[in-house]
Amino acid sequence: MSKIRVLVGTKKGAFILTSDGNRKNWKVSGPHFAGWEIYHLKGSPADPNRIYASQSSGWFGQIIQRSDDGGKTWNTPGSSPEELKGPGGFPKGESNKFVYDGDAGTHKWYDGTQHPWEFKRIWHLEPSLKDPDTAYAGAEDAAIFKTTDGGKTWKELAGLRKAKGQLWQPGAGGMAVHTILLDPKNSNRIYVAISAAGVFRSDDGGAKWKPVNRGLKSQFELPDPDTEVGHCVHRIALHPSRPETLFMQKHWDVMRTDNAGDQWTEVSGNLPSDFGFPIDVHAHDPETIFVVPIKSDSEHFPPEGKLRVYRSKTGGNEWQPLTRGLPQKDCYVNVLRDAMAVDSLDPCGVYFGTTGGQVYASANAGGAWNAAVRDLPAVLSVEVQTLP
Amino acid sequence: MIRVELPFHLRNLARVQGEVRIEVAQPVTINAVLAALEEHYPVLRGTIRDHGSLKRRPFIRFFVCKEDWSLEPPEAALPEAVANGVEPFMIVGAIAGG
Repeated sequence: MSKIRVLVGTKKGAFILTSDGNRKNWKVSGPHFAGWEIYHLKGSPADPNRIYASQSSGWFGQIIQRSDDGGKTWNTPGSSPEELKGPGGFPKGESNKFVYDGDAGTHKWYDGTQHPWEFKRIWHLEPSLKDPDTAYAGAEDAAIFKTTDGGKTWKELAGLRKAKGQLWQPGAGGMAVHTILLDPKNSNRIYVAISAAGVFRSDDGGAKWKPVNRGLKSQFELPDPDTEVGHCVHRIALHPSRPETLFMQKHWDVMRTDNAGDQWTEVSGNLPSDFGFPIDVHAHDPETIFVVPIKSDSEHFPPEGKLRVYRSKTGGNEWQPLTRGLPQKDCYVNVLRDAMAVDSLDPCGVYFGTTGGQVYASANAGGAWNAAVRDLPAVLSVEVQTLP
Repeated sequence: MIRVELPFHLRNLARVQGEVRIEVAQPVTINAVLAALEEHYPVLRGTIRDHGSLKRRPFIRFFVCKEDWSLEPPEAALPEAVANGVEPFMIVGAIAGG
């Protein structure tokens, strides 16, 4: 029987939840890296035992951790004794060295002046679909880095910041590459989403990038609501069978594109609020999508204190609340942008974590929910691995 | 032999318990101690001072002989008591909330 492994990043450590394919009884391991912020963990599609984790701290900065045994043991890449000596006999220890390429340059600051780029942390790790040693890292301040040696060293794909980076401006949550999507049908195509800059696409493996934000409208948020860059995109998602169709939870508005971002249209439809953070796609139906409406940008909790996942089976516009097993009164948690994921079993499993420390799991595409665990630190990210 | 006290999270990261003892070439300065520490424990690179600039991270403090040396020049010679191992070089996470 298949096994499910849920990778949970929290404000105070990482947790790994495991279950059999019934997805009813969960075993919790952790905290791993106790006391540290774990923005994201993600397993390699090419080798599920290879997991990358972003560990950070306001005191001690960024650490990258790697497991080669499914999360049982962890090491910073390149830190085994035989790997420590460089050509001059000096240790490397560069798995956490994220240095902007060349002159880091400047971006737009809150007061309209230019401000130097400053590395703060890695928000998102996206392992290659084919090579366990290759992975991408999304950084704050916004940039994308790539490793081809299992995380020992990282190099910026600096073309991204040349896509009008001088006009990007931090939002209240900072300015980060928080989503990286790899096109499974075209290995040269990569999408990233940045708050608060928008969506960018590379068609040459990450060398050159262009903004793909036409159709996004940010009234009352930007001086020019139709601007090419500056939109506060919270999350994008795609189904592997249709990588030119992307779904987006923007600051306000749920959007879709069917031409790889060249044109977006709004599909918020009958949602009680089109503000929110995560969005994800059903593993087996590319027109079934999930969001978690949040009341507003000023009140980051569910409308009416009712935690509801909304599902559309029509690719947007027509939405149905999924509430069974979720608190329907006095619930004031948030669900952050990287904190929703799906498994690939049939029926499709859906998972999300809350700032209240619950990780909810549904084994029937959202029809009913159970808390796999409910008293973790605030959840920052959720990823799922479906194991044979 | 120089004695170095690390904060809890860096001890865990370096997988050490208690004080770290390392050889440091003369003259014994803050930079010399940190360079020797990072050579023995590469996982600490970037956690105490930045990779590129080698500047002390904002919420890291250095204490020597009960005095705050955080703002002292990194090339200033440390007291004899540290250089001969009588007193530890203390690396401390600042009390900064969180």
